[in-house]
Amino acid sequence: MSWKRKDLLGMRDLEASEITDVLDTAVSMKEIASREIKKVPTLRGKTVVNLFYESSTRTRTSFEIAGKWLSADVINFSASGSSADKGESLLDTARNIEAMSPDVVVVRHKASGAPALLARHLRCGVVNAGDGAHEHPTQALLDLMTIREKKGHLEGLNVTIVGDVTHSRVARSDIFGMRKMGITVTVAGPPTLIPAQCQELGVKVSHRLEEAIASADVIMMLRLQHERMEGGFIPSIREYSRVWGLTLAKLKPCRPDVLIMHPGPVNRGVELSPEVADSPFSVILDQVGNGVAVRMAVLYLLAGSKGA
Amino acid sequence: MSAREKAQVLDETGLDRALTRIAHEIVEQAGGGEGVALVGIKTRGVTLAERIAAKIAAIEGTKPAVGALDITLYRDDLGLKAAQPIVRSTEIGFPIKGRTVVLVDDVLFTGRTIRAAMDALMDLGRPRIIRLAVLMDRGHRELPIRPDYVGKNLPTSRRETVAVMLREHDGVDRVVIQEE
Amino acid sequence: MSLLIRGGRVVDPAGGTDAVADVLIADGRIQKVGRGLKAPAGAETIDATSKVVCPGFIDMHVHLREPGFEYKETIASGTRAAAAGGFTGVACMANTFPVNDNRAVTDYILARAKVEGVVRVYPIGAVTRNLEGTQLAEMAEQAEAGCVAFSDDGKCVMNAELYRRAMEYALPFGTPIISHAEDCHLAHAAPMNEGLVSTELGLSGQPGAAEDVMVARDIILAELTGAHLHIAHISTAGAVRLVREARARGVRVTAEVTPHHLVLTDEAVRSYDPNCKMAPPLRTKRDVEACLEGLIDGTIECVATDHAPHATSEKEGEFAEAASGVVGLETAVPLLLDRLVRPGVVDLPTLVARLSTGPARLLNLPGGSLAPGAPADVTILDLERTWTVDPAAFHSRSRNTPFAGFTGIGAPWMTLVGGVKVTP
Repeated sequence: MSWKRKDLLGMRDLEASEITDVLDTAVSMKEIASREIKKVPTLRGKTVVNLFYESSTRTRTSFEIAGKWLSADVINFSASGSSADKGESLLDTARNIEAMSPDVVVVRHKASGAPALLARHLRCGVVNAGDGAHEHPTQALLDLMTIREKKGHLEGLNVTIVGDVTHSRVARSDIFGMRKMGITVTVAGPPTLIPAQCQELGVKVSHRLEEAIASADVIMMLRLQHERMEGGFIPSIREYSRVWGLTLAKLKPCRPDVLIMHPGPVNRGVELSPEVADSPFSVILDQVGNGVAVRMAVLYLLAGSKGA
Repeated sequence: MSAREKAQVLDETGLDRALTRIAHEIVEQAGGGEGVALVGIKTRGVTLAERIAAKIAAIEGTKPAVGALDITLYRDDLGLKAAQPIVRSTEIGFPIKGRTVVLVDDVLFTGRTIRAAMDALMDLGRPRIIRLAVLMDRGHRELPIRPDYVGKNLPTSRRETVAVMLREHDGVDRVVIQEE
Repeated sequence: MSLLIRGGRVVDPAGGTDAVADVLIADGRIQKVGRGLKAPAGAETIDATSKVVCPGFIDMHVHLREPGFEYKETIASGTRAAAAGGFTGVACMANTFPVNDNRAVTDYILARAKVEGVVRVYPIGAVTRNLEGTQLAEMAEQAEAGCVAFSDDGKCVMNAELYRRAMEYALPFGTPIISHAEDCHLAHAAPMNEGLVSTELGLSGQPGAAEDVMVARDIILAELTGAHLHIAHISTAGAVRLVREARARGVRVTAEVTPHHLVLTDEAVRSYDPNCKMAPPLRTKRDVEACLEGLIDGTIECVATDHAPHATSEKEGEFAEAASGVVGLETAVPLLLDRLVRPGVVDLPTLVARLSTGPARLLNLPGGSLAPGAPADVTILDLERTWTVDPAAFHSRSRNTPFAGFTGIGAPWMTLVGGVKVTP
């Protein structure tokens, strides 16, 4: 087992062997979900704090289940109704929480770099559950687990990520993680939603959906936020979904075994037509199930290596 | 850490005879081969369980169910080591409830592995009886655990280790004592 | 009171001097520079052997924060920091509270400086009222009160028509208009430079074009009005090119660059350390090289620190939320001596010119030279002195520097204003 890190802050700095360790451990953890008694005593007596500055029921619940199935005590701390509203700084909140001796803090924050800041100041392990547009490593890990499960391997696959890459932490983590595992990544979207010098991340850039998904083994659709229209990035949601939304018709020329993935929640009718979302191509629900397994694996690995 | 081999305590024939005897003892106590399930503790316990199951099949004509148990998540020494141990999967394809389960492991030492295995088994269902079969009992129990079927009793010192080598994993069948 | 600075290497670009000589000072003015000068009776002597004697350095872009933000810096602490950094004069920007957009605030600043200031203080007045960019400030009275230039620094005057009027209105005063060139829409308050680093970090980035677009606009307005336009904290290759081309055409445009834009790139932001956040942001290697070229060939006539103190609580925490700006008075000269002069990238007389002659000329100040009759503002350097940047030891009230822990060789040794030693 090569995992020695105190924190999981992003995919960019992980080695391929570390990613493999997490995925393999997650596979073992997944079996627990099928038991009648979904509990193992592994993290009994450990405290996991979910420090969520951005509201997110799905990811937070996923971490909560993961912690509880491992018998950890999970505490949820959401920004609303807390000292953050009273103007307490991020660092002060973290120090206060640390004074209560957690073993792992899972943090989601709208500012890129916030988890890194916490990791520098906290003795306990820090898991990045999403920081600004920077990284969302457990999402990338569950995406990799899902792909590996369905395709049997990762290296040599073609994955196309479609949508608002500029504002997406999922896209960045997926790009960093997939490249490490030998996947060829293409990003596709209108030029206004592809960030500066994106091709220097080692990805192909396309501005035409049909061409970008033609030979894809996996199509990852990103969520479009409505604020993009106000920000002048796209003229309208309607036009975006006509040009970039995935429908069964647009999938016809694609590989018959193509996988459709989405980090959720899905804007039905925008990124994906309802037919595609409910089609056999979609593995979106598998992603969610794997999310719990991956988060169990991450908590298990971090709780054991306290970083001195 | 290189271990120096001190002595061989079982050769291929001895190992095979021990397993044959254990198989007979299991069948005798159970009054037949049915209803008994063997659950091997990963990794080598599983191999031994498979071999014992094959022998029971040769004796009784029907092969008992065999499962594989990974006890990593139930260990009592997690977080004390430098890095977390690798977690493998548990594969038990039959219901535990009401079964006579014979846990199988290669070496019985402090008893902590068996304690973890019993906890893991109970989380999967409520067995009627749990029995324990080990190839080697090397003493130095730290918990009140005792085996029901033993291949060979072997007094050892704490500095020594008992290594069970099996064809399927190590290319040869033998058991040796090593010292660091 | 007489003072003889003996045996130093005198570097006076204005007078074309670079030789070992003595400098005689009396009654706060330079009397004579020459070899083997005799000290009059009762004169103090400073042995400057193996040191470098220069005209006093002037930092034409400093935020002294007083009135209104004294918790970050005061005229007293800021000028003390300047003296420690080898500066004999600072020009202070108008974004105080209240804004220096009328003579009452200018008078206040000058009065405080008279009592508390350790080095000379030259106020820069606002171009628009309260820096709001909608109405002209009372520049005539401010000029009368002593403002040496006008700038809405911190903000950009987005209304081209108003900025044109400002340039025209200020013409009779002989004061330059200093532009903080940043198109607020293109920049959209992004905390760092747009590029590969911002893409990887998932931080919003502002393109160099946000600066270039305004530099181009301001140059055209300067051409239209005949005003002296000075570009503050130039940072992009594009802006340097525009300034160079405009000067070749005869436009009265000058520029300054900060030490941090000569030494650091946007790679420094990977640490997410808010002490690497300022406006304009740290740019790419190509931009740094272009600024160096501009500094050497004279397109950029001076170095100015844009010393911007902020309290520690304002510079820790999330990068995107942190205040923008870094201090620079105490790190500028050591850094430039070690990173530019020592490796031979810029020769010492050129650097001295950019720190003294240049700013004095651009702001029409007495000083920037060691000619007889000039005020006895002298900066003496020790090119062998080793240093480590220790923010806890700063004379400034604030500690927000990206250079904590940096080491080097070459630093200011003594600072004299009007013939009086002011080094803290």
